[in-house]
Amino acid sequence: MSTSMLLLVGLLLIATAFFVGRNRSISVSANHGGIKNLNSLPSYYGALTALWCGIPSLIVLSLWVLFDDYFIQQSIIQMLPAAQQQLADNDMRLLLNTVGNIAASGTNGLNTEPYIIEAAARLNELNALSQNAITGLFILLAVALTFFAWLQIKPKLRARVQVERAFKGLLLLCASIAIFTTAGIVLSVLFESLKFFQSVPVTDFLFGMEWSPQMALRADQVGSSGAFGSIPLFAGTMLISLIAMLIAVPAGLMSAIYLSEYAAPKVRMAVKPMLEVLAGIPTVVYGFFAALTVAPFVRDTGGIFGLDVSSESALAAGLVMGVMIIPFVSSLSDDVINAVPQSLRDGSFGLGATKSETIKKVVIPAALPGIVGGVLLAVSRAIGETMIVVMAAGLAANLTANPLESVTTVTVQIVKLLIGDQEFNSPKTLSAFALGLMLFLITLILNYVALHVVKKYREQYE
Amino acid sequence: MSMNTVDKQTNKTNTIDLVNKNLAKRYRAEKRFKAYGIAAILFGLSCVVLLFTDIIGKGHSAFLQTYVYLEVEFDPESLEIDDISDPGQIARADYTGLIRTALREQFTDANGRRDRRSLYALVSNGAGFNLREKLEDDPTLLNQSVGVWLLADDDVDTYYKSRNDDGSEAFTGRLNEKQINWVETLIANEHLVKRFNTTFFSSGDSREPEQAGILGAMMGSLFTLLVTIALSFPIGIAAAVYLEEYAPKNKFTDFIEVNINNLAAVPSIIFGLLGLSIFIGFFEMHRSLPLVGGLVLTLMTLPTIIISSRAAIKSVPPSIRDAALGLGASKMQVVLHHVLPLAMPGMLTGAIIGFAQALGETAPLLMIGMVAFIVDIPGGVADPATALPVQIFLWSDSPERAFVERTSAAIMVLLAFLISMNTLAIWLRKRLERRW
Repeated sequence: MSTSMLLLVGLLLIATAFFVGRNRSISVSANHGGIKNLNSLPSYYGALTALWCGIPSLIVLSLWVLFDDYFIQQSIIQMLPAAQQQLADNDMRLLLNTVGNIAASGTNGLNTEPYIIEAAARLNELNALSQNAITGLFILLAVALTFFAWLQIKPKLRARVQVERAFKGLLLLCASIAIFTTAGIVLSVLFESLKFFQSVPVTDFLFGMEWSPQMALRADQVGSSGAFGSIPLFAGTMLISLIAMLIAVPAGLMSAIYLSEYAAPKVRMAVKPMLEVLAGIPTVVYGFFAALTVAPFVRDTGGIFGLDVSSESALAAGLVMGVMIIPFVSSLSDDVINAVPQSLRDGSFGLGATKSETIKKVVIPAALPGIVGGVLLAVSRAIGETMIVVMAAGLAANLTANPLESVTTVTVQIVKLLIGDQEFNSPKTLSAFALGLMLFLITLILNYVALHVVKKYREQYE
Repeated sequence: MSMNTVDKQTNKTNTIDLVNKNLAKRYRAEKRFKAYGIAAILFGLSCVVLLFTDIIGKGHSAFLQTYVYLEVEFDPESLEIDDISDPGQIARADYTGLIRTALREQFTDANGRRDRRSLYALVSNGAGFNLREKLEDDPTLLNQSVGVWLLADDDVDTYYKSRNDDGSEAFTGRLNEKQINWVETLIANEHLVKRFNTTFFSSGDSREPEQAGILGAMMGSLFTLLVTIALSFPIGIAAAVYLEEYAPKNKFTDFIEVNINNLAAVPSIIFGLLGLSIFIGFFEMHRSLPLVGGLVLTLMTLPTIIISSRAAIKSVPPSIRDAALGLGASKMQVVLHHVLPLAMPGMLTGAIIGFAQALGETAPLLMIGMVAFIVDIPGGVADPATALPVQIFLWSDSPERAFVERTSAAIMVLLAFLISMNTLAIWLRKRLERRW
């Protein structure tokens, strides 16, 4: 049976186990003076039986699915001729792919070596064997453990306590996924980065002023030695983020101030969701807008003033990114401004200050840590934003502070290096993970500081 | 500034005079400040309006497609069909030849190979399939001459759509002088018509704009989203319940919380790197699968769902829990019978917003190879697919002008989905949420 079929059968078995367990508890209780003498409700006995039926067998199934490919592959490699067993990693992968394709299609390609055909036949055989074995094992385990649980059911069995313990364990497991995810991110980028730093020194990567990841294919090739200095990328990222923040912070902050301090409740109710539409638009749409509408507009406007503007200018990407971040800044600032106690405002009004004086001299200073935290979060978002810059910013790594020129960013390079055909383990591919590591660390620090600042600020007024 | 002067000189001069002297200036500052606020809001709103008008203005025309009217004779000889009951013969026959003959008969001034080639280019090279379908539906058409509406090439389509009624200011693109004349003749004879573009909604990707559709991408997005929903909703709720109802106050719980808060702000492309090296590199899953995309998006949306679910659980008043516990309910019964049902509307709202985010996400899907050119429409989570936002990204790179309008139209479809999901979330919140 295929895995999805097995899962379906598993669900059926679990449901059956539930009813078997429940009925068993009722029938057992009949000898001991009825249901009221059971330790727990009958459904808890059912649930306990279902857990015994489901959990171990599902664990075995998932382990099997994860690792059977590996063992089958190993035994296929074992049966290859000695010469093929010595193949390098990449060639071996290619060979195994060929075997897999022939096994899946059931036809022999032209001029296929006999050992490949043999291996393909063996692969099919092993796959079938593995499939049958897990089907048998899964069903056997589920039924046997259901029977075991069935035997355990007695009026004194504290089914509820056990079920609740399992329930809590399951919840804890789900909550821990966040930790696993973080660990997964760190491990995945870290390992590949370490491989990268074996061929390119860390100092070259961190402080190099030139970025051109093309590696020479042959030793005598000219002009593509491969340079992995990340400074131009981070400079480009900072330039675009700076432009974005110059748009987003004033616009977002002022609209938050107006909406929370000046606007009538009706206006606020109407305008706020409309501004939040900007937050719901996918970044790929902003990218399209930046590349096809804003960038030509910026270029043509520059042309009117006699300026030479690149059609992939940092300005266009930054402008659109700024617009994207406005609702982010505005909703975060809105929260912190609303958290400033009314008594502070009343005190200021009582001294005769106007509304704007109160806002400028009392509300904003009081809310400043929260606003700074919000801005830091927005910066981290701008740095990690991908689609807008992929579509509207350039590819060439220019080290420049001129917003009218084309610059590239960290995220653009990650995408360009990893899209399409890649050679595994070449510094070019691995450098994307090193960039990812840097990006992760920078945003992590920004987020941590920002969240910390915001939290401290909240506590101040609680 | 004005307040300082007041403070210093209170005893000497009359305070109210000083205040009055500055009052006009202060009021002006007040007005200015208010105007900045209004300007900021107007800027934001005008960006919304600009974005939507730009996209709709570019994309609305893609919902119509130009068709060319041709008299085609289903000539058995050139089709090489001698037995109409044989479906193999109907399938193999050369329908493009029929269209070419029909075109040559209609425009006799096309002499020479180059002219003919540009003549043939007026009709989409996929139009032969339409003829085949026609013949398969009704085999009696063989030997007959029938008037059919065929898919026009994208250049003709763009020209016809950009053309004003008097024929001026049309976008010619790659059309040459002769082709324009032919198209104008067709227009004059009313042999060119714009109809609703069904191809756009019923086919997969194509290199030819007039044959390209978003169905494949929509199905890919659907399967990806289904995986995301199936995993992230239950896991997110379970995690939120643990953190709100069970978690002891200790270092481990704090660590989980720090992780969740940080993950919520990690750039989405990092999740793509995670998917690439863990799911594809380590677990050796295949590239371009909605299953892998769904897994990556699950990890990405989980923090959002957990945070909003926690807020929803927090808003259930403790008195409900106390009452249930007082009546002898166990912890699990309190959670399953009381807290979760009461928190469900809030959790659903948060989750739908998270799913909308996942639906519009592009960058992580690029990393796991969902950018491949895939013509076939995926039939499940294990078929190679692309997603709607990725399709938009792919098309936006295409040089053909006809792809610009299709990209915009695909964006309109995507935005329609997102807006309806968000509206649903708002409606749910208004409808079902209880105020305590």
